[in-house]
Amino acid sequence: MKLEDLRRIRERASKEISLRTGGARVRVIVGMGTSGIAAGARDVMGAFLDEIEKRDLTDVIVTQTGERGWASSEPVVEVRVEGEPAVVYGEMTPDAARRVVAEHIVNGSPVVDYVLEVRKDAT
Amino acid sequence: MRRRLDVLICSGAACVSSHSEAVRDALRGEMERQGLSDEVRVVETGCMGPCELGPILLVYPDGAFYVRVRPEDVAEIVEEHFRKGRPVDRLLWTDPAARRLAEEKRQIGFFAKQQKIVLSNCGRIDPENIEESIAAGGYEALGIALTERSPEALIAEVERSGLRGRGGAGFPTGTKWRLVAQAPSATKYVVCNGDEGDPGAFMDRALLEGDPHSVLEGMAIAAFAVGASRGYIYVRAEYPLAVRRLRTALEQARRHGLLGERILETEFSFDIELRIGAGAFVCGEETALIASIEGERGVPRHRPPYPSERGVFGQPTLINNVETWGNIRHVILRGASWFRGIGTERSPGTKVFALSGKVNRTGLVEVPMGTTLRELIFDIGGGIPNGKALKAVQTGGPSGGCIPANRVDTPIDYESLRALGAIMGSGGVIVLDEDNCMVDVARYFLEFTCDESCGTCAPCRAGTRQMRGILERITAGDGDGEDLERLRALAETVRRTSLCGLGQTAPNPILSTLEQFADEYRAHIEERRCPAGVCTALIRYEIASDRCRACDRCRRVCPVEAIAGAPGEGAYVIDVARCIRCGRCRDVCPFAAVEVRSGG
Repeated sequence: MKLEDLRRIRERASKEISLRTGGARVRVIVGMGTSGIAAGARDVMGAFLDEIEKRDLTDVIVTQTGERGWASSEPVVEVRVEGEPAVVYGEMTPDAARRVVAEHIVNGSPVVDYVLEVRKDAT
Repeated sequence: MRRRLDVLICSGAACVSSHSEAVRDALRGEMERQGLSDEVRVVETGCMGPCELGPILLVYPDGAFYVRVRPEDVAEIVEEHFRKGRPVDRLLWTDPAARRLAEEKRQIGFFAKQQKIVLSNCGRIDPENIEESIAAGGYEALGIALTERSPEALIAEVERSGLRGRGGAGFPTGTKWRLVAQAPSATKYVVCNGDEGDPGAFMDRALLEGDPHSVLEGMAIAAFAVGASRGYIYVRAEYPLAVRRLRTALEQARRHGLLGERILETEFSFDIELRIGAGAFVCGEETALIASIEGERGVPRHRPPYPSERGVFGQPTLINNVETWGNIRHVILRGASWFRGIGTERSPGTKVFALSGKVNRTGLVEVPMGTTLRELIFDIGGGIPNGKALKAVQTGGPSGGCIPANRVDTPIDYESLRALGAIMGSGGVIVLDEDNCMVDVARYFLEFTCDESCGTCAPCRAGTRQMRGILERITAGDGDGEDLERLRALAETVRRTSLCGLGQTAPNPILSTLEQFADEYRAHIEERRCPAGVCTALIRYEIASDRCRACDRCRRVCPVEAIAGAPGEGAYVIDVARCIRCGRCRDVCPFAAVEVRSGG
């Protein structure tokens, strides 16, 4: 193994610990309260995780939160891109999740069909 | 599917002792049952620091910090948090300032004032997986050293960094490297001193368990710099987890071509062998350690010649402490001037301390040199339990001394501690409160050094025994007016005439307590009184008749039937002649009626 090989291992392995290093550009927060889960939030989250993996996006993390008072619009997902207002999506589906990854997270334009709220105060 | 949670479970020795392995198994089983194994991974890490709160779980990316987790809590954590995203509040760190988010973990008092460099990977990566170590920057410094730097440049960098030996004496590391590099011999050795033996010290264990690769990397860099091709790590058999992880790390490093022949396909070859010590304290002394490595009995030799001239098998040997080795990769990677920017002018960098004794948050911490003892004990350690007053801080173990409470604003560095009659030592910090008797503390340490004296030289063998005898006499109430002078004279002789560091520093606990707490010694001798109420020969237990409610609890627990009374009748009475002063009556009394008295 040469130094270049070592660096290649580092590049590959750094994905393994990226959750712990806190260098995420994007946070996807899936509402996983009772109504969210009942409305299919787990499938939505699965679609996010799968699409992020497929596209090999290393700077995106997916976390969960509880009930946020939007039961009728569940599943609710908030997408926070560093330096931009947070976008809250409602009535999400697995397909919508894949669109959000492609259009919002990768290309930078939110999927307006599903937007519930845009929050400028979020960090 | 991409993993979305890393659940880090602290697997340092302290957490293993509090049954973290059962929690780990429960986690893996529950995750399997709930079908989350693909999304959530359990990672075993080294020590995270707050040992007293173990077993500990740290969940990334959200940063929830769970403490004192029991196997029966696991199902709830997995269901509520990992599945539904609702952290289980009752198990989160309950520090008033604590929050559950990762970005706020740093605001937890325990972590806020720490600066983790040596321990940066401890509690963050899996120490048994070399790829996680590499991902966290491991072996990059070695790669750079072998391909872009000359041995001379490496030595100069370490010299410029001002790094000093973390084993306790504070000898400049770069100077040591240069001495070995200049020694004229074709065969040289590098040695890692992991014979951590001070009561209350567990810094080296934590680093060896939590990030063994950082030690291997430091040694390999040094071997290249000084021209050695063989190294030894000397570690105690009583650290089985550290030994196991070191073995794993060595094997993985060899498999990756980071140890062994032609490292990273350069001309440089170097390998490391483990030497397991039997736990004799004297083997932490470098010449005794070298003898032990050679297969001889672990007894010290005269210095000079120093190991840099004649060490292992008579060859020039570079010997550094575990924590010193852990600093090397950072010095090489980030440079001497970066390193000098941390800590103080004469003591750059950080120091790892093991906090124990009468302090709320016992555990492992790393702070910049120059941090004050007050910050260490109160801001990080959370202060003294039960509203008691701080009395003194013992640093440096059996070679160190006690710093009185009125000096806790002293910034910690090699010189300031020495000026107070203590030493930096390897980093053990034992906090003493008003209930500790300083004569008894000195006696405890002398008993330790007396037991551990190897017997080679008379001053240490006989002197520690004599000093211990005098201290025992004083704590038994049989001291006489000349004992303090005798102690001082003996201490001075042992200090000046012992063969090795063990004997030369053994009197320190006496000298420093005599200097700072002479009144306490005099109370024992002149008034037959132990002000802290510790020395059993000088105290008696009494029941305050106005507070006693005749509940009978004390009488029932007394192992020698020294307490008389009948339930519901008059106040109970302790028969002082029969009482063995075990204190169990005081522990069970709900009315604080049992008092310890000493003197008059």
